[in-house]
Amino acid sequence: MADAPRKLAWRIGEIVETSPETPRTKSVCLEIPGWDGHRAGQHVDIRLTAEDGYQAQRSYSIASAPENGRVELLIERLDDGEVSPYLTEELRAGDGLELRGPIGGWFAWDAREGGPLLLVAGGSGIAPLMAIIRHRQAAGNEVPVRLLFSSRSYEEVIFREELESLAAGDETLEITHTLTRSAPPGWQGYDRRIDEEMIGEVAFSPDEWPLAFVCGPTPLVEAVATTLVGLGHEPARVKTERFGPTGG
Amino acid sequence: MDENRLDGNAAAEVLAEIFTFEITTARAACVRCGAAGEVGAQMAYVSEIGTVVRCAACDNALIRVVRQDDGPQRYWLDLKGIEYLQLE
Repeated sequence: MADAPRKLAWRIGEIVETSPETPRTKSVCLEIPGWDGHRAGQHVDIRLTAEDGYQAQRSYSIASAPENGRVELLIERLDDGEVSPYLTEELRAGDGLELRGPIGGWFAWDAREGGPLLLVAGGSGIAPLMAIIRHRQAAGNEVPVRLLFSSRSYEEVIFREELESLAAGDETLEITHTLTRSAPPGWQGYDRRIDEEMIGEVAFSPDEWPLAFVCGPTPLVEAVATTLVGLGHEPARVKTERFGPTGG
Repeated sequence: MDENRLDGNAAAEVLAEIFTFEITTARAACVRCGAAGEVGAQMAYVSEIGTVVRCAACDNALIRVVRQDDGPQRYWLDLKGIEYLQLE
């Protein structure tokens, strides 16, 4: 064989920084020796090993752009989770974390693939879409992007300030929020779950041949994907990433 | 709704342990209905027992993979639901 087989091996990354994003989420920034880079949208597996040898493994999407030599993960704390409480509460800069990746080439986007891009996120499903947005920005790409982002409340809008500042300086990046549980006084935006009417108002028309990436809880992803196909979007151009039941 | 029903992309981990090429962007044609599409666009059912990738069009099992973790690590891989794989 000409090329050595690519082996998906476990390795140790070092935590460089952790920073809270919202009350329930944290960004964890890692430096990984020998990391060959990733594509926007890919994920890694994290493995924790207890003193008695018990292991728990979870997948986390990479939120950072490939251009950023470090790997940033968005961790949502699930109170009854096995892994996320440790990752959000216990990890400190300088700690090592066992991981492997990058994994998955299908839910991924390279700036040269073009667009326009329709990104639809529910909660922490923003993570791989943030990698796409950051990658597009870092690559100086001007493909039109529309992000429809569903969050429970204003305080729980992950990456809110960074998204605002990116959109303020870029008229080809349009961001629409919907808040499903509570909205601040005077909120002018959507305040309900994503539905067909909302998608019809926000999305590019099928004639514009957008590439759609949808990520979030399974019910949201299935509803959005079904609606997009029903509106006439090409199924092969609607890429979905459902959160599994084993999260946490 | 089956709680373990995920995108084919969710099968990427265990398949990446076996295949040295990117399997989620390979196109698989279903032996039952003939539909062809990227593995990542099919449906994956992931459980403690193993992973099954099913055709998004007809639900036929395209890929079944079971990993044994106790003792020597072994895999059982069943691809008979796939008519052909198209690799880039």
